Amino acid sequence: MSKKSYRQAINEAIAQEMRRDENVLVWGEDNAGGTGGDGEQDAWGGVLGVTKGLLPEFGPNRVLDTPISESAFIGAAAGAAATGLRPVAELMFVDFMGVCFDQIFNQAAKFRYMFGGKAVTPMVIRTMYGAGFRAASQHSQALYSVFTHVPGLKVVVPSSPYEAKGLMTQAIRDDDPVIFFENKVMYDDEEEVPDDPYAIPFGEARLTREGDDVTIVAIGRMVGIANQAADELEKAGISATVVDPRTTSPLDVDTIIECVEDTGRLVVVDESHPRCSVASDISSIVAQHAFKALKGPIQMVTAPHTPVPFAPELEDAYVPNPAKIVDAVKVAMA
Amino acid sequence: MTDSIQPIIMPKWGLAMTEGLLASWSVVEGVTINAGDEICEIETTKLANMFESPVSGLLRRCVATEGEDLPVGALLAVVAASDVSDVDVDAYVARFQEDFVPEEADDTGPEPESVTVDGLRLVYLKQGEGDGIPIILLHGFGADMNGWLFNQGDLSEVAPTFALDLPGHGKSAKQVGDGSLMWMAGVVEKFMSAMSLPTVHLVGHSMGAGIALQIAADQPQAVKSLTLIAGAALGDEVNIEFLEGYVAAKRQKHMKPVLQQLVYDKDLISPDMMEEVFKFKRIDGVIDGLNTLIQTNFVGGTQQGSLRDALSALSIPVTIIWGREDQIIPVSHTDGLPASVKIEIIEHSGHVPQMEHASRVNEIITATIASAA
Repeated sequence: MSKKSYRQAINEAIAQEMRRDENVLVWGEDNAGGTGGDGEQDAWGGVLGVTKGLLPEFGPNRVLDTPISESAFIGAAAGAAATGLRPVAELMFVDFMGVCFDQIFNQAAKFRYMFGGKAVTPMVIRTMYGAGFRAASQHSQALYSVFTHVPGLKVVVPSSPYEAKGLMTQAIRDDDPVIFFENKVMYDDEEEVPDDPYAIPFGEARLTREGDDVTIVAIGRMVGIANQAADELEKAGISATVVDPRTTSPLDVDTIIECVEDTGRLVVVDESHPRCSVASDISSIVAQHAFKALKGPIQMVTAPHTPVPFAPELEDAYVPNPAKIVDAVKVAMA
Repeated sequence: MTDSIQPIIMPKWGLAMTEGLLASWSVVEGVTINAGDEICEIETTKLANMFESPVSGLLRRCVATEGEDLPVGALLAVVAASDVSDVDVDAYVARFQEDFVPEEADDTGPEPESVTVDGLRLVYLKQGEGDGIPIILLHGFGADMNGWLFNQGDLSEVAPTFALDLPGHGKSAKQVGDGSLMWMAGVVEKFMSAMSLPTVHLVGHSMGAGIALQIAADQPQAVKSLTLIAGAALGDEVNIEFLEGYVAAKRQKHMKPVLQQLVYDKDLISPDMMEEVFKFKRIDGVIDGLNTLIQTNFVGGTQQGSLRDALSALSIPVTIIWGREDQIIPVSHTDGLPASVKIEIIEHSGHVPQMEHASRVNEIITATIASAA
């Protein structure tokens, strides 16, 4: 066991699965890095270097550069998965996903259903999300809610390096299309990550702490922020349970409900927009199934319903932070 | 007079520990304490445990305050005879604090190493030097080398110690063969030859004790003493609900009552400890290995194959340690053992006396090893 970054953890999971199963392939823009250039190979490993090192180990037949044509290479991944391979395709920024919604929503997500359960589509689409990277509104959105909405897709939002490795391993082994959301400002976060391969099952929430007064459900990078808020709350004598659902689809509804039944209060923290979102979804599920357990109003701490601003001061104000969570908890407790 | 002033410092429990929280004092200034007395409770990111005083004497100062986070090696308290003046005690404290430099975060001391035998990667932690006959520590079902974190430091002052991650556990290979104690013993024997350890003292806990006993039966000339803590293979019963619950539980809520069966003081089971168990169980191959061990050794809650006869045949010092309140393997398994076997029952202890009463267990192990000389 050693300290690994979020980036290294994802890279290690892919490499270990490629060693384990020769059907696992990687492709995307600059994933091999250097195709068509002056001869330097493995120059990039994807725009932020997550796949670097895979080309030298696995060669150009398993690690491929693609043209800047998302609809083509995401469609190719769906077809390859349906015919027996296990592609891991990188769609650089989730903001670009719009050009291949048909391949994802209408094709990959529907194969198992429309072919009477006889087809499987073991593909992973890796993609970056999140604000805070000074990359403006077309490279900063947190669009997991859009994919969570579509039956047939599995949606993973890992909250730490340990989680990222185990969830990526599971994503590659899973027989359904998985959209794997990597928060771009977390790539250099480090923690202890086992060297051995391990898989974290989908649909099984993690409690990073258990308390009595309030349940805070947080998504992806917000789990760390929620824990900072919980540290603050503890000093004020308020003890929080923090739930990391790990996957927004499937969602571990049972654990969330159980926690709310124990604490009587719910605050959902989500850095995506507030309308038709994972936050509003979780809030409605709890309101419907655990209403009688609630001792106060459900609170959502989200980004506003605006594009991500480019001005650094505004971008910093845009993302949920510990102070906003503490305030929301106090409203829920009032 | 400062020679007679003794510091009590923040212990280092396990390789990863860099600081600890002094949760509460259980003694007050002015009382006389004995080595092994529980003097305070310390919490780390991984566990909470009572800290047993390493020294005896009059407790003059509790330097650390409750709720304080302190680095490993920081001054907790000062023990000095009554004829040492308060001025001298205070001067000692002031000088200690002035000179104290916490160890660097990346200076974690000895690191685990690995060796491959028969294609199996075995990870071990070696601590201690010298030419004494080495001590091998064998953990129990579902545990790993960290189960010896309260013991290995003390024992390594006696002789070099090797805490091994058994196959299927910790960071070692996850294959467990047919899961039998005999197969496991064979792997440890190959480890001994790969590491050029012709003679050893063996200390085993639970399943590891069964393995230690099997090794002593296989190679009586190689084993100079045997300390078996709450050992397997000495009777029929074993708590199958614990074993199966350990494998099945996926949430802290379900794991907590399972792990609490291990200990007398139920507060010892921390959320971080449970997370470590979950992380271990997710590693590829672990669940299969654990199930094989259960099927082969403990199926239906009955231990398969007693090694009591092997025990009678041994002519080396053998000590058996058991917690009076053990809920995993009953203390009654110490009944009717050969007279040559020394039996030590630890009061207020569950299945893991080496963690719950570490100082006492370390003394017993040290005495057993000394008696083999």
